[in-house]
Amino acid sequence: MKISPHARRSTVTRNAIGVGLATGVYGISFGALAVTSGFSFAQTQVLSLGLFSGASQFAVVGIFGAGGGAIAAIATSSLLGVRNGLYALSLASVLNLKGVKKIFASQITIDESTAMAIANDDDEEMSRWAFWATGISVFVFWNIATAIGAFGASFVADPKSLGLDAAVGAAFLALLWPRLINKQIRIVGILAGLLAIGLTPLVQPGIPVLACVLIAIFMGLKNASDK
Amino acid sequence: MEARWVAVIASSVIAFILKFSGNVVPARYLEQPKIKSITSLVPIVMLSALVVVQTFAVGQDLVIDARLAGLVFAIILLLIRAPFIVVVFGAAACAALLRYFGLTN
Repeated sequence: MKISPHARRSTVTRNAIGVGLATGVYGISFGALAVTSGFSFAQTQVLSLGLFSGASQFAVVGIFGAGGGAIAAIATSSLLGVRNGLYALSLASVLNLKGVKKIFASQITIDESTAMAIANDDDEEMSRWAFWATGISVFVFWNIATAIGAFGASFVADPKSLGLDAAVGAAFLALLWPRLINKQIRIVGILAGLLAIGLTPLVQPGIPVLACVLIAIFMGLKNASDK
Repeated sequence: MEARWVAVIASSVIAFILKFSGNVVPARYLEQPKIKSITSLVPIVMLSALVVVQTFAVGQDLVIDARLAGLVFAIILLLIRAPFIVVVFGAAACAALLRYFGLTN
């Protein structure tokens, strides 16, 4: 049975709102962790409005929380953000953007909007609709949730007594978990973890995480030459 | 300017440039197999490294404390497919309880 375009569009919209709500919930934890890592309410909100990419945002606050500085935070956040550029690249032909729309679309090019666009790529118009609906929905819910989390956490006097320092590692693990799709990726992840532990006593905070890019470069080049 | 503001603004600007560049750079530059192969692994290594640093590091010292118990509990929650928020706050609750009862630092 063929679904009418109208019915499909409302299904896609409903899914987009669902994804936005679900993602928004992490926004609460981001807002709370940012404030307990010493970021002001305004800084926390600017990260959600401007940086708008969960893993990069957690990296910025996590690195400061662990004693790292601005350079390490910016570099780690940016390396994690490279994938969004690749998403934009792979969506460019479907989205077919002109003028100012390019700017808005760029800002909402993230894991969720890309995944929803690809899930509907049998129909270009539906794919575009899925991209915009999901991107806007996540942007709105993520920012509202950030504000709620940041506001709530501003009443917390001692973040450690609530275990919030343990929540940061758990947040990164939860972001990593669905990406561990095969044996090689799991081994690469373990190697990166070991290198980061080994380097921690030797170099300034923030650098061990950056150094792990070398593993990605080495394994990536090896994979490309094996093909 | 305060270091946190520098980080907030610079990382936001770079993030936007990265997203925008995908819309303007010709695909052939980034779609080389070597580049694709490396960039697909970058989030894996960064996130893995962040997990261990956030769990064991205090500045340049390696420490075992309630964060490790929180992480183990997070793994259990992930294995039973708990949603993100449950994993994050579950780990926090686990660490908070251990500290409350004075079992760990």
